[in-house]
Amino acid sequence: MRAVFTSRLFWIGIATLVAGALLPLFASGYVLGLLTVACYTAVFAMSWDLLFGFAGEVNFGPTFLIGLGAYTAGILDARLSPQVSMWLCVAAGAAAAVIGGVLLALPALRLRGPYFGLTTLVAVLMLQNFVVVFAGLTGGEIGLSVPDVMSVDAHANYWIAFGFMALSGAILFGLSRSAVGLILQASGQDTVQAGALGFNVVKHKLAAFIVSAFFSGLAGALMVFYMGTASVGTFVDISVGVQVIIAAVLGGRRTVIGAALGAIFLIGMGELLRPLGEMATLIVSVIALLVILFFPDGFLGILRGRARS
Amino acid sequence: MLEVSGLTKRFGGLVAVKGLSFALRGGEILGLIGPNGSGKSTAMKSILGVELPSEGSVKLDGIELAGLPAYRIARHGVGLVFQHSRPLNRQSVLENIKIALLPDRLTQLVAGKHADAQARSIAERVGLGAVLDRKPPTLPFADLRRLELAKAIARHPKLVMIDEPFAGLTMSEVAVFSDLIREFRNEGRAVLLVDHNVKGVAALVDRVLAMYLGEKIAEGSADEVMRDETVRRVYLGGALGTAARPETAFHDAVPLLEVEGAGVVYGKALALQDVSLHVHEGEFVSVVGLNGAGKTTLFNAISGLVPYTGSIRCAGDALRARSAAAIACGGIVQCAETRELFGDMSVRENLDLGGNALADEERRQRLDWLFELFPILRSRQAQMARTLSGGEQQMLAIARALMMKPRLLILDEPTLGLAPVILETLSQALEKLRATTTISVLLGEQNVTFALPHADRVYVLDHARIVWEGSPDRFEEEAAATYL
Repeated sequence: MRAVFTSRLFWIGIATLVAGALLPLFASGYVLGLLTVACYTAVFAMSWDLLFGFAGEVNFGPTFLIGLGAYTAGILDARLSPQVSMWLCVAAGAAAAVIGGVLLALPALRLRGPYFGLTTLVAVLMLQNFVVVFAGLTGGEIGLSVPDVMSVDAHANYWIAFGFMALSGAILFGLSRSAVGLILQASGQDTVQAGALGFNVVKHKLAAFIVSAFFSGLAGALMVFYMGTASVGTFVDISVGVQVIIAAVLGGRRTVIGAALGAIFLIGMGELLRPLGEMATLIVSVIALLVILFFPDGFLGILRGRARS
Repeated sequence: MLEVSGLTKRFGGLVAVKGLSFALRGGEILGLIGPNGSGKSTAMKSILGVELPSEGSVKLDGIELAGLPAYRIARHGVGLVFQHSRPLNRQSVLENIKIALLPDRLTQLVAGKHADAQARSIAERVGLGAVLDRKPPTLPFADLRRLELAKAIARHPKLVMIDEPFAGLTMSEVAVFSDLIREFRNEGRAVLLVDHNVKGVAALVDRVLAMYLGEKIAEGSADEVMRDETVRRVYLGGALGTAARPETAFHDAVPLLEVEGAGVVYGKALALQDVSLHVHEGEFVSVVGLNGAGKTTLFNAISGLVPYTGSIRCAGDALRARSAAAIACGGIVQCAETRELFGDMSVRENLDLGGNALADEERRQRLDWLFELFPILRSRQAQMARTLSGGEQQMLAIARALMMKPRLLILDEPTLGLAPVILETLSQALEKLRATTTISVLLGEQNVTFALPHADRVYVLDHARIVWEGSPDRFEEEAAATYL
């Protein structure tokens, strides 16, 4: 356990948290709103890194899990509010993501090579079509508005998102550094050898998938009640998933913390460059591409490399 | 302790292991040997459950293991030391060993109290005590193998299987590893060493079981197995007729191919060490050596596919500065072990690609010549390459290489996995090539029966070095001992 507290990553995480906690003192409501979204995206990216960085499985469909959480929570709230509390809907969203995740992962984890990734990609398309086809239930392409919102106060919303990110990050980071995290990493690296050491690889990967699904779904559900609406474009679309993946890779694979930094960076940059219009997305994409090409270990990889030499 | 009976593993129509039976006591070291493709690795994987046995039973202390998944079998006390290690590179050596000590539970977040002390004592035992805090990428090759040993023994296996225990190690390291393996025996564990030949493990084993084409062909002490007629036939071939031409028959002042002091290192493993050989214009030279001896590495160095030290010259010109493509166009064409055919293209398209650089008329002539050499290909012209039989694919691969008008044709293990009847056809084609053209051939083979009859000269490659050179008729007398 001592190793966790002495690791450089841990202190980078703490520094991020301190910076995040001081921000509301001087940031405007608009900036806080932006950072609120960044916090949720950070949780998406960290959950994804647990699968990619540790279990070694590329989940091309993080938005399948996020979307399940978001839409389950949103639909329940739209139908049952005010008899049923918003928080109950959030819990249901997380549960739905876990159930959906297990249903997808159980058969998919039996596949080898790139096929696991492909199934997750197809799952996203399926969910997207479901939302569009059953528009009566889901709001379809226009989106689903929910009667409840978390708060109208930007500060309150920020603190909820920030706290949620900090807590999720702590749990995911701790998990990745724990004994099961090691086994997971060994399974991801060499399935045959992990099996030869007596580890049930499928069990460990499935557990990682469940944890990842839980946090993705929970974050998705919470974000619905921050935004007040659920739409395909924010929760399900492939491009949202790609953003999450880029954030995680950009920040640094196998670090968890890096994924959060990557998410905040992506959203921050997008905003800073907004005056450039369409160019903004292009520039952010080019930066992401360059980092992935030349620093596949991401921002934290660059930092670590420097510390080592 | 271990009882294997009737173990069979089929991959589609291929029977890799056929009714293998043997027993192994605690405190005994058994060498499981066989040439490449004999099924020994598959047998080992089937025992551990990495491959699900098709038939037969594997019992450890009376408990049936066949059919269980690998992780369950491992927990029953079977450990495997892998030949290639993939440790966690960001974790220290100590942590890598600790992983093996963890229970397979999702609730265990912190390693047990004793894990640290246990891991340290295991590290000490295998000789990793000094590098506990280092990360695996900074370790020499032998230490990585030590780490694999450490992980395997951390589980206290009753049966330890070691895949090619000494591959890539130096002589002094081999001695250290032998001592470690003897310690397993002294502790009462059963040890199964899987290797290519008897020689490598002879000093260590109590018994040897030799396999060929999936079946047991001999069992007994190392000496008995080395004297066994069937084993000698498999490794050395029967009485060999050779038609070698003396080296003085070749009149080129500068040999077509000259390799001098070539060395190749893969990561940390020595793959080729100070190898020198030459091939004259029109000469047929065989390099025999078991799998892993360095044949493919040598050929890849000649073809410019791997970086090397030393010098390689073609007709006097150094090849180092040339790209692999330039070397191939310059007349040195390699026909790789893996054949590298374009599976979704027809036979004809594959050949046409080989003759891409030729003028139409010349290409037509060459095609005709090749169809005479390999008549079967003429009737298969329109067929998709991947649907050909193994033997036909090999012929196509050779034919495609010949389309490139090589001065030197390098054939890497052309007989791998082929039936004896196909070998005869290939053999005839090579003989024709030797008798009617000036193309030099450099043939790499572990199948001596195939390699010797055509050869003018033979080199024996063993553990990355050339250990013998001579004419094929002297082979059995002088080199057989290094080969068995």
